[in-house]
Amino acid sequence: MENKTALNSGKATNMRSRLTLGIVLIAIGLLIVLLFGLGLQAGMKSTFGLSPLDDKYVIPIPALVLPAQPAIYILALIAVFAGAWQLARGTRSSTALVGVVAFCFVSSFLIWATKGKSMDLVGTMNTSLVRATPIALAALCGVISERAAVVNIAIEGIMLVSAMTSVIAATVAHNLYIGLLAGILTGMIIAALHAILVIQFRVDQIISGVAINIIGTGISSFISKRFMQANIDQLNNSGIFPNIPIPFVVKIPILGPVLFENNFIVYIMLILVAIIYVLLFYTPWGLRTRAVGEHPKAADTLGINVYLTRYVNVILGGLIAGIGGAYFTIGSVGRFEKLMTAGKGFIGLAAMIFGNWNPIGALGSSLIFGFADSLQVKMQILETPIPSEFLQMAPYIVTIIVLAGVVGRVHPPAADGTPYEKQ
Amino acid sequence: MKGKAAKPQAETPLPKAASKTKGKLGVNSKILQTLLIPALAVFTSFIIGSIVIVISNKAAITTYRNFFSAPGAAFMATWNAIFTAYGALFYGSFGSIPELFQGIKAYFATGDTKPLILAIYPFTESLATVTPYILAGLAVAVGFKCGLFNIGAEGQFGIGALCSAFVGYSIKGLPWYLHLPLALLAGAVGGAIWGAIPGYLKGLTGAHEVVNTIMMNYISFRLSDWLLNGPMKATGYRPVTPVIENSAMLPRFFPDPLRFNWGFFLALAVTVFVYWFLFKTTIGFEIRTVGANPAGARYAGMSVVRNFVIAMTLSGALAGLAGATQVLGIDHWVGQGFSAGYGFDSIAIALLGQSHPVGVVLAALLWGTLRSGATRMQSLAGVPIEIISLIQGLVIVFVAAPAVIRWIYRIRAIGAEQIILTRGWGG
Amino acid sequence: MPMVLELRGISKSFPGVLANDAIDLSVEKGKILALLGENGAGKTTLMNILYGLYKPDKGQILINGEEVAIHSPSDAIAHGIGMVHQHFMLIPVMTATENVMLGVEPVRNGIFLDKTKVAKRIREISKQYNLEVDPDAYIGELPVGAQQRVEIIKVLYRQAEILILDEPTAVLTPQEVEGLFKVLRFLVADGKSIIFITHKLKEVLAVADRIMVLRGGQVVGTVDAKEASQEKLASMMVGREVNLVVKKKPATPKGAVLNVKDLYVRDERQNLTVNGASFDVRAGEVLGVAGVQGNGQTELVYALTGLCPVVSGKISIMDKPVYHSSPRNVLERGVAHVPEDRQRHGLILPFPVHDNMVLCTYYQPPFAKGVALQQKTIIETSEKLADQFDVRTPNVFVPVSTLSGGNQQKVIVAREFSRPIKLLIASQPTRGLDVGSIEYIHSRIIEKRDEGTAVLLVSPELDEIIALSDRIAVMYKGQIVEILSAEKINKAYLGLLMAGVKPYEALETVPATIQETEVERVF
Repeated sequence: MENKTALNSGKATNMRSRLTLGIVLIAIGLLIVLLFGLGLQAGMKSTFGLSPLDDKYVIPIPALVLPAQPAIYILALIAVFAGAWQLARGTRSSTALVGVVAFCFVSSFLIWATKGKSMDLVGTMNTSLVRATPIALAALCGVISERAAVVNIAIEGIMLVSAMTSVIAATVAHNLYIGLLAGILTGMIIAALHAILVIQFRVDQIISGVAINIIGTGISSFISKRFMQANIDQLNNSGIFPNIPIPFVVKIPILGPVLFENNFIVYIMLILVAIIYVLLFYTPWGLRTRAVGEHPKAADTLGINVYLTRYVNVILGGLIAGIGGAYFTIGSVGRFEKLMTAGKGFIGLAAMIFGNWNPIGALGSSLIFGFADSLQVKMQILETPIPSEFLQMAPYIVTIIVLAGVVGRVHPPAADGTPYEKQ
Repeated sequence: MKGKAAKPQAETPLPKAASKTKGKLGVNSKILQTLLIPALAVFTSFIIGSIVIVISNKAAITTYRNFFSAPGAAFMATWNAIFTAYGALFYGSFGSIPELFQGIKAYFATGDTKPLILAIYPFTESLATVTPYILAGLAVAVGFKCGLFNIGAEGQFGIGALCSAFVGYSIKGLPWYLHLPLALLAGAVGGAIWGAIPGYLKGLTGAHEVVNTIMMNYISFRLSDWLLNGPMKATGYRPVTPVIENSAMLPRFFPDPLRFNWGFFLALAVTVFVYWFLFKTTIGFEIRTVGANPAGARYAGMSVVRNFVIAMTLSGALAGLAGATQVLGIDHWVGQGFSAGYGFDSIAIALLGQSHPVGVVLAALLWGTLRSGATRMQSLAGVPIEIISLIQGLVIVFVAAPAVIRWIYRIRAIGAEQIILTRGWGG
Repeated sequence: MPMVLELRGISKSFPGVLANDAIDLSVEKGKILALLGENGAGKTTLMNILYGLYKPDKGQILINGEEVAIHSPSDAIAHGIGMVHQHFMLIPVMTATENVMLGVEPVRNGIFLDKTKVAKRIREISKQYNLEVDPDAYIGELPVGAQQRVEIIKVLYRQAEILILDEPTAVLTPQEVEGLFKVLRFLVADGKSIIFITHKLKEVLAVADRIMVLRGGQVVGTVDAKEASQEKLASMMVGREVNLVVKKKPATPKGAVLNVKDLYVRDERQNLTVNGASFDVRAGEVLGVAGVQGNGQTELVYALTGLCPVVSGKISIMDKPVYHSSPRNVLERGVAHVPEDRQRHGLILPFPVHDNMVLCTYYQPPFAKGVALQQKTIIETSEKLADQFDVRTPNVFVPVSTLSGGNQQKVIVAREFSRPIKLLIASQPTRGLDVGSIEYIHSRIIEKRDEGTAVLLVSPELDEIIALSDRIAVMYKGQIVEILSAEKINKAYLGLLMAGVKPYEALETVPATIQETEVERVF
């Protein structure tokens, strides 16, 4: 077996990285005090609503009221403690510590922003899930594709064009499901194009993805400008999937309104996460896919058709991305606007990486990004003294930070990105 | 001992060796093919673009309804649509010869320069548009040479534009030979910082620069939104910066409305510098080596991290300078959406120019002229300017996949041509 | 009784190379055929054709007398052919069970993988053929010998009757090789037929029934093992009289150049691969590091050349510490490095020969003045070096990827040897090369040693170590087990040390030195 020792380019030895992380965590704790704790009037309370006010189904529970300053100081203390622990002892799972400190920071931020007012926490959580849906679908597309070792940067372009075709089809046919089908087909066709370029013609996978993104942006903006803006009612007015509450479970406090009162596409996303997880790790298809992604030559020598597997996976991914694209229009606003995907396809890729190419991990990371996204709207409502443009930057900054932190701790499929050459 | 060794044998089957057979088009020289493939790529993209033009042309479509009864009308309408569109494109790019003659005649007859100016306006406008493309194309090309995909050129362009505009309008009373270089420098530095961040992240953590530069793009859009609506806003309603001082403007050669300026020659000078830097210096050698084989580069003692950062910083600086030349030379102020399109355009230009400085200049000439003419195409022929994005994307595909062009036109391959950038996500 | 396997007139060519030229081959049921030849002789190509990975240009394949068509590995497997490749076709992040069942997965309830069924079958095969393997172990954590056993089980799970083994002993200690031969004996007794590809003469005589020699894509001859000798086989392989020993004068070592003390190095998975190694290399001698691949030699070399960080320990060159140094720093101390992976680390393949010639020195005068490269000097020097070091190339402007493996290695040698160096670290310097290049590089290494350079030679090829070294250090699990003089060393003794046996224990079974070499037959 090939000896694949990587050449470490001066990565800090264990001791140094432990110290750095510890200091960083402590610094964050102090930052919490500085940014959020100081200058708060004593006695200010932050209220977090745990039952949406207008919800007819859920059993109401009282809101969570926290004394602002003490709560923030406690959270800061936890963060500092975590940092000190890391500094002194170090732990096996430094990721858990980082998670804890991140939670403290975000919670402190929320408490500070809500001081003296109240925030609908459950509503925010639901919005996070909803906002996370296209990201998660993009991430799932990425997972399926990259598990077979094909990098698919074109997800953004696929979603954009699928958004457009689904809304057109839905408007013309007066049927949202037809629209969804159109979106799915679009996704599959564009993904097939990417697959052909990358597998048959051995184009560099990133170049192909970028080219498809450019073409997708061009085509969708072109059609939008040329045809759709002038004919809104015939082409660009589809209505949206309604929220469907699921009986019984929707009554559960907190979980009910968050999970079980969403539209069709959100439910599909959640189901897909579960299905793909099972398929990937418990079925022959999944085993072969992963083998092709890790060691295509080995799979080939056992009679597995590497090319076919890659084609199937990329096109399946396109199917999912098509659903993701449809979300933007028929699942959200009911009409298409130029460039409306706003980078969600790329954030989905970051979620995939952060989730370690695992569907459930991808969902988790997407929720984080969705949360960042929903926050900026909430912050504007709460009249937080941060300019809205900076809040809008949040998801992108989070992506960068996440990527910087996780690379090296996550393991992409070994053959990811390399075309397969049969002699 | 220089022994008489037995004939060395190959351990593994040789890669597809240079095949000297002629393809159907009689192409048998590498240089010819280096030029031919991009040319065919552009040509094929335009053909496909023309199909889209026809489809979106109402008049042409109606004739197709009666295709079988009046095929001639359909062909005429098709030809008309394409001809009008591309004709407007050409006119917008170069102007027309008759108008030029008229302008010269008028000048010699009455001393009136106006018709002449109007006649050469399209051409000078094209050259003026080419300037930032040269620089932005160089930016992406430098990245490619180091194996890095700088999709962030758009953000770096925008930040550079804002920085140079700021120096341009906020500093008053400085003579031009200080103010102008300072403003240009500000643009380069702004872009450099914007490029250095993802470069540094890649070097240190291995995080892939594709996603990071795209994120930096979006951040720069929001940042410029805020700046243009806030601190950098000129008085009035529109989210634009104040107009820059005269001392910061790139001098123009001709009177208004001709906008051709020194920036063009600045861009050419920078091209020469980049060529020298990449191929004649030790740093350039390191950058190219890291791009060709990072493991081998480490082995040779080069610092991969350092070179990633240098390459991305230089790349960002070039893109920032591109933004600066656009502000200081053409618009003289910055508004929202200022940098739109430059990012993807520069990728197409770098690919088309095979990441070589000379190729980039040629590709930029092509692209700038096209872009310049496309605005005309939109107003004269009613074809939305986004068609250019479509053509652009197709060009990228065809250049990056020469195999497709070869397959369409039946040309044989000579040597290895693939551009390889994907190296996984750095895990 | 027909042959269980017959190849008739198999020919296969790749662009520029005729890999197989009308080859006839036959194997009797229950016998072992060894396929012998140098690297590049066409052995692997032939077997890849048999296994369906390549399509032959001409020729037929007959199994039990009937012609069959094999277009893919699935066909080969269906006909009872199984192949264990030289570079294992195993997926490190999956378990042995998952690797074995890949492609023929049994399912429960229609779609779910049935791993317990497979694990059970693996245990049965293990017992039957003496192939001990834990079905739930992750391949990445298994030692190389165990991985090979998984590969063999993979093949037997699919009910192979004809097994092809491609260079199976490349990664085994001499004792593990004997273990493998025992397994082969079990298989043969059970009626399986085996084709055994190798370039090692001694093994062939030890295990095969018949030996077929390939050279340049053609069959040179087929002999019965009883009638063959090492010398006869060697000359058949190469076509002329071959020097099996390198002629060299005795060494006259001076002071220590490289001093390594208590070195600890981790790999990227945080395992301690170098576990407290200490040794020194003196000027004017060759210290050979013997050991099976994977015992820390690679990481040792990386640590010495500054390519990976050191956990603790001291490295000094000429008494100056070289701890936490960058590769450039190490280079500038007068260290030359011929890397293990020449194409990945030693060369920049798309670049011209002259760029590769100055890869380590481009930034120093006379090749650069400040930041400006002096192209003329670079080209002139490269041309001189290419001539001096017998690099066969049309000119120095062609990409170095167009050169053959031997010439590529000579470019690296030219580059490294032409600098003023005090220490030469050569890692598998002759891997995959033709005999002529091997002889050339061996002689240049000895030349350097005679000039007073300290040479550290790392190689899994025990014969190369024994031939070139003045002293031999055996490395096992990251530690230097023993350092001894190479004179009249007993290979069996080294083999025991390489397998982890302590020196005093090994001495109870074999002497450390011997008077003559012997060939052992296993059965």
